Amino acid sequence: MAQWIAACAAEDIDPEDVIPFTRDGSDYAIYRSPDDGYYATGGHCTHEKTLLCDGLVMDGVIECPKHNGRFDYTSGKALGAPVLVDIRTYPVKVMDGTVYIDVQG
Amino acid sequence: MGRERLERYSLIGAENQAAVAAGLAGGDWFRSAVPRKRMKELMRRSDYPAIRDTAVWLGLILLLAGLGSALWLVWHSWWAVPFLLAYGILYGSTSDSRWHESGHGTAFKTRWIDESLYQLASFMIMRDPTTWRWSHTRHHTDTLVVGRDPEIAVMRPARLARLLANLIGLVDVPVAFWLMFRHAGGRLTAEEADYVPASERRKVYRTARVHLAIYTLTIAAAIGFRSWLPVVLVGGPRFYGACLFYVYGFTQHAGLGENVLDHRLNTRTVKMCFVNRFLYWNMNYHVEHHMFPMVPYYRLPELHEEISRDCAPPYPSLWAAYKEIIPAIVRQLKDQEYYVRRELLPGAAPFNEPAPINDGRALPLATATAA
Repeated sequence: MAQWIAACAAEDIDPEDVIPFTRDGSDYAIYRSPDDGYYATGGHCTHEKTLLCDGLVMDGVIECPKHNGRFDYTSGKALGAPVLVDIRTYPVKVMDGTVYIDVQG
Repeated sequence: MGRERLERYSLIGAENQAAVAAGLAGGDWFRSAVPRKRMKELMRRSDYPAIRDTAVWLGLILLLAGLGSALWLVWHSWWAVPFLLAYGILYGSTSDSRWHESGHGTAFKTRWIDESLYQLASFMIMRDPTTWRWSHTRHHTDTLVVGRDPEIAVMRPARLARLLANLIGLVDVPVAFWLMFRHAGGRLTAEEADYVPASERRKVYRTARVHLAIYTLTIAAAIGFRSWLPVVLVGGPRFYGACLFYVYGFTQHAGLGENVLDHRLNTRTVKMCFVNRFLYWNMNYHVEHHMFPMVPYYRLPELHEEISRDCAPPYPSLWAAYKEIIPAIVRQLKDQEYYVRRELLPGAAPFNEPAPINDGRALPLATATAA
């Protein structure tokens, strides 16, 4: 069952950027693509527990700030060493300027 | 004492597990506060600077190889030697920095260009691209953590004969070939198995076979043409052109703190002239690189300015760095607790030393924990 949580205002995220979101001790990363699409993944790199919100967002990819591991943030797919495990993604919707993520998604 | 201390660097020894148990592995490292907006500017990458620099680099390599070969083959002139020596240094030394930057994936915006340079530079510097990618990943996770970091070049006490012999590749090259044969046979070393995931190992074996095939062709050409030239051009530079690789490389961490969680305690930034910075692709900004590995080499001078308030003053030259490094290495031959501890500028964020074991001396972990 979906559990939609208000995470941030849509304007809190710059185009082609990421911000962190924490809920009940769990970390998430919320992305805004250049064409104003919104996405969410787990907050930590699957290689080591580095927060992705400090990484580089470029061309639909988030790069981990520690070892440059790369994920497609729209699908969660790991794009090569040193990340070998896909990252979990979460459904996102934007209503009335607020970004919601389904943390059960 | 020295031998016991050296044994602690093994990745398959007790020190590895002790470092994990003590929380040294995968620790929380200090990073200077840089506003997100500014950091995004610094991380932003472009193809142009690295394509320009790579074109100049490869152009010089091909030009020098062509001139040196022509002078030797056509005119039988010893004037070939300086050209081939310069070629060898570009091949055998500066491929290290190209390997490094492309390995991080930060040099180019376009991935396939980056990966192509990584494969080429890995061949030139005689490193397997896969094992060394994982080795370097560990180096960044656990920089100079004893028993965890596979890339500690200067241990305590330093293996001086090995370091000096390596100025002409006398240790690293035979080891590289030993590893190539081992990998080609489908085996990793126990240490490599500690940091290379099982799913990545087939790539290691395949690459080793390709590299060995190239060297076999090179030797066959040398025998067939009864000339040293093929070996001088392929593989040989890793011997006769390697010195600058080590001269630059030792400045990164030699003589500094171990088992710390702050790159300002175990890494150097050395100011270099334009030529050295081109040859080394700005790896002299090494504190900056370790603190923020996402920043491409051509933005490191700007990052240096951004975080200089938090850092010790950079060394003004290679000479200044070695005036510190050599005495430190000599002193560590007898006193393995000694390390160079820099003074931060007034107002800098204090060193991140969350526990006594992070004080840089790298005492045996059981002793330090008890203290």
